Amino acid sequence: MKGFSHLANVATLALDREACSGCGACVEVCPHQVFALRDDKARIVDRDRCMECGACRTNCPAEAITVDSGVGCAGGMINEWLDGILPGRRRGGGCC
Amino acid sequence: MPVISPALELSDRVGAWKARWGIGRMSYLVPAGVYALGSPTPDDPVLVTANYKMCYDLVRRELAGRNVWLLILETHGINVWCAAGMGTFGTEELATRLEITRLATVVRHRTLILPLLGAPGVSAHEVLARTGFSVAFAAIEARDIPRYLDGGMRTTAAMRELTFTFRERLVLVPVELVTALKGSVWIAPPLALAASWREGHFSPAAALPALLAYTGAIAAGTIAAPLALPWLPTRSFAVKGAVAGVLWSLLFLAATGWRGLPAAATVLLVTAFTSFLTLNFTGSTPYTSPSGVKREMRLSLPLMTGGLAAGIGCWIAAALR
Repeated sequence: MKGFSHLANVATLALDREACSGCGACVEVCPHQVFALRDDKARIVDRDRCMECGACRTNCPAEAITVDSGVGCAGGMINEWLDGILPGRRRGGGCC
Repeated sequence: MPVISPALELSDRVGAWKARWGIGRMSYLVPAGVYALGSPTPDDPVLVTANYKMCYDLVRRELAGRNVWLLILETHGINVWCAAGMGTFGTEELATRLEITRLATVVRHRTLILPLLGAPGVSAHEVLARTGFSVAFAAIEARDIPRYLDGGMRTTAAMRELTFTFRERLVLVPVELVTALKGSVWIAPPLALAASWREGHFSPAAALPALLAYTGAIAAGTIAAPLALPWLPTRSFAVKGAVAGVLWSLLFLAATGWRGLPAAATVLLVTAFTSFLTLNFTGSTPYTSPSGVKREMRLSLPLMTGGLAAGIGCWIAAALR
């Protein structure tokens, strides 16, 4: 994404090039252009741009992609953490 | 089958404005199902979106003058992007909705046009295997749909690249602001009470500077930092927010002429709070990963807590002198 980048070297994205069939679905669904097709197979060209949305993994027919996906949202994580230590906590409306 | 118009009425615009300000945002939805826009034939395209009314409105507005089918998925009023992340805008719901609506008997072709940000939830190859419909992830923005349809259903590089322009950040500000103000119900009264305690008795006027510093910190964290995001230093949201907080506290100190311990307390408390609010904005950006946010939280939450404690310490020390 032009003009924006979050912390480097954190994304959990991994591609098994042996398993890749070169269909290019990951290239098509990634909104941050993390993948490119090289020599008839996908390649991660910039892992630091990955926001771990999981679109590539969900759409990889060869199951060649792994990523610990989720929503990158501090509020949601604090909520999850509070749910863990305070069982039965009532939550207000919110997207995460 | 409901036949709908692409025209947005005043009530639609007011509804969108209210949702942007967090008023009834979690119940702003339309019923799931198939809708006819214009007078579509069995050969006309099918576009799929979420049942958050703002998604539905954005899509139908772009389709003015066309004959198309709209398939609205049940995402419980959540937008495509968040619903795809949670899995409700997903393979399962799409397959189920196709069955319930019997779309295969409505159209002759077998192609569904989906928003690209639905891809985290919808597996195109699984949908094809289960339903016989092939999924085309068209574009990120609804405004690109006309060009996609007119250009022979081809997605250009620009259509699949996320942006986060000033305007796109600006529309997110109201909800950030409202959320922070709602949280203030718990923070502002004790803050005002503590600030008005002077030399053994309450003087309400003394609470005003503290409330001004607090309100300014909310504005710095939910308005200034999101808008100035690309120009604030480093990649870390916590640091960006801390910078905005320091700038605001310096401005405040210059205006009030506070020195010594009260000044130190202001800088520490405002900076910790603004930094936290800005870190929270990660939830509204389209480029932060859970791993990135987790690392930021691990590094910054202890510092914020420390800043908060040190700020309260300075305040108490100043009051005891």
